[in-house]
Amino acid sequence: MPNEFLFFMQFFLTGLSMGSVYALVALGFVLIYKSTSILNLAQGEIMMVGAYVCLSMTLDFGLNFMAAFAVTMVFSVLLGLAVERLALRPLIGEPIISVIMVTLGLTYILRGVVIMVWGNDIRQFNIFPQEPIDLWGIKLTYLYVWSMGISLVLLTFFAVFFKYARTGIFMRAVADHQTAAQSMGISVKRVFAISWCIAAVVSSIGGILVGNIAGVGVDLSHIGLKVLPAVIFGGLDSILGAIIGGLAVGVLEFLSAGYLDPYIPAINEVFPFIILVLVLMIRPYGLFGIEEIERV
Amino acid sequence: MPAGLFHESYRSDERIFQTWFVRSWLIVFLLGCAVAPWLVSKYMLSILIEAGIAIIACHGLNLLTGFTGQISLGHAAFMGVGAYACSILNGQAGVPFVPALLGAGAVTALVGMVFGIPSLRLRGLYLAMATIAAQFIIEFTIRRWDRLTGGVEGMYVEPGKLGPFYFNDHIHLYYLTFILALAVTMATKNIVRARSGRALVAIRDRYLAAEVIGVNLFKYRLLSFAVSSFFAGLAGALLAQYLEVITHESFTILQSIDYLAMCIIGGLGHILGGIFGVAFWFILERILEVLTTMLNSAFPNQVTWFVSLREIVFGLVIILFLIFEPDGLAARWRTIRAYWKLWPFSY
Repeated sequence: MPNEFLFFMQFFLTGLSMGSVYALVALGFVLIYKSTSILNLAQGEIMMVGAYVCLSMTLDFGLNFMAAFAVTMVFSVLLGLAVERLALRPLIGEPIISVIMVTLGLTYILRGVVIMVWGNDIRQFNIFPQEPIDLWGIKLTYLYVWSMGISLVLLTFFAVFFKYARTGIFMRAVADHQTAAQSMGISVKRVFAISWCIAAVVSSIGGILVGNIAGVGVDLSHIGLKVLPAVIFGGLDSILGAIIGGLAVGVLEFLSAGYLDPYIPAINEVFPFIILVLVLMIRPYGLFGIEEIERV
Repeated sequence: MPAGLFHESYRSDERIFQTWFVRSWLIVFLLGCAVAPWLVSKYMLSILIEAGIAIIACHGLNLLTGFTGQISLGHAAFMGVGAYACSILNGQAGVPFVPALLGAGAVTALVGMVFGIPSLRLRGLYLAMATIAAQFIIEFTIRRWDRLTGGVEGMYVEPGKLGPFYFNDHIHLYYLTFILALAVTMATKNIVRARSGRALVAIRDRYLAAEVIGVNLFKYRLLSFAVSSFFAGLAGALLAQYLEVITHESFTILQSIDYLAMCIIGGLGHILGGIFGVAFWFILERILEVLTTMLNSAFPNQVTWFVSLREIVFGLVIILFLIFEPDGLAARWRTIRAYWKLWPFSY
C-alpha cells in the first residue's frame, strides 16, 4: 500500500474511533435538547463524574471493570434523575439564558465535588493492553478499537430503540410536540426524566472511554465542549446528525492534526471550532437540523 | 415613585437621579469610593481594583446579554484581546498609555464584531455556540502566536503612565479603574435609555416585531457586540495593568462563565445588576476565603478545600438565584425599596 494512503488511513481511523466517542456524547446532547429544549452544557462534567466513579471503583475499591461499569451506570441514572428533578424542572418555561446558566451552575458544583472527593491529579485506567493492533500496516491501540466498538453498539442500540421501542416512540413524540404528546396520554415529565437518565448514561460511557484514552482529570470535562461543534454540525435536533457530526468532527480533528500541524502547531485543538463557525455562517441550523421558518 | 415628586418639564422627568435623597446618597457613595484607598488595607485595595474591572466587564456583558438578549460565553476571551492589545501597543509599539487603552478597546470591538456577524442569522442557543467558538479560537490564538503574545509563558506588561501617574502603583490604578468604571456605567445607562437602548430591548423581547417597526436588526446587534466588546477590551487592558504578567489562563471559558454568573446574580437587563452582581460575588468569595482558612487550620491535610468549596457554593448560588430570583438582586432591591417607601400602608 502506498505510504500516503497509509498515513491518511492512520489518522482517518484514529479520528473515526475518537469521533464515535464524540458521537456518543453528542447523542446525549441531542436527546436532552430534542425532548426538553435544554442545551446541557454540563454534559462534559457528567462525563467526568462518570469516569471518576468508574475509576475509583476499579482502583480504590478493587472491583473488576464490568462491576465498576455497572455501578457507574446506576450512579449516572441517579445523577440524571437528580439533576432533572432538582435543577431543571423548576425552570420549565423560563428563558434560554436561565436554562443554559443552570447547567453551567451545575458544572461548578460537579467540578467542586470531583475536586473535593478525588483531588486534582490526573489518573490512569489500566484496563486495555498497551501494544497496538497492526491492521495492514495501520497501527491502532486496543483502546481505540474498543471505543469504536462500544460506541457503535450503543449507537445502533439507540437507533433501534427510538425506532421500535415504546418509550423511544414516546420520546420522539414529546420532542415533536409536547402538548400533543401529553394529550395522547404520554407523561411528559417521565419522558424528561428518561432523557436525562439516558443522556447521563451515554455521557458516562463516553467519559469512561475518553478517560481510558487520555487519563481521568478535571480537564476531561472540556470534551463536553468539544462535542458542541459535532452537535451543531449535525443540527441540534437530529440524532442521525449527532452521530454523523461526531464522526466528522473526530475525523477532521485528527486529519487536521496530521496534515496542518507542520504549518500551525496543535491546530487540531481549535479546528472543530473553526468548522463550527463556518457551519454557523453557512447553515445555521446544521446539516440535518430542522430549519425554523418564521413569518410575521 | 416617591410622594411629592412632580415633574414640570421633560428635562426633570428624564433625569437619572430624580430626588435630592438619591443624589445625596450617590455623592456620599462616590466620596466613599474616592477616599477608600486611604482607609483600606493593601489587600482590600487590590480586591477593589479587581471588582472595578469586573464591573466594567459586566456592564459590557449586560449590554449584550441582558439588553440585547445575545448570550455570550466568550466575554473573557474578548477581555484577553483587550489585555494583549493594550500591552502590545503600549509596551512594544510605544504608543502612550491612554491612546493604547482606547486602541485596545477599538481592536476588541473589531474582533467582537467579526464574531458578531453570524448573529444576524443566529439566535439563542446557536449564538451561544458561536461565542463559545470565539472563546476557544481567541484563546488558541493567544496561546500559539508566540511572537506576539509570548505564548504559554505569558507576557510581561509594561506599566502604563499618564503624566505623574504610574499605574503599577495600586492607588493610581485604583483611581483609573474607578473613573473608568464610573464612565462606563454612565455610558451604559445613557445608551440604554436612548433610542439605541430601546431598539436593543425591542430586539431582545421580540426581534421580528422590532424588525417590522423599523429597527435595523443587523446594525443594532452588531452595535451591541461592538460596544460590549469595547468595554471588555477596556476591562482587559486594566486587568493586564493589574496582573502585570498576563497569560491565556486569565481569560479562559471559566472566567467567561463567571462574568455571566455575576450578571445573572445581579440582574440581567438592569444597570445596577452589574454592580450588585460583582459586589455579591466578591463579598461571597472573601467570606469563603475566611471560611476555608479556618477549615484549613482545622483540617490541614485538605489542601483543595478552597477550590472545591468555592466551586460548589458558587454553583449552588447560581442555581438558587435562577430558581428563586431569576431577575437578580436588582429586582430584589427594587421590591425592597418599594416596600420601604409604602410601609406601613402597602395597599
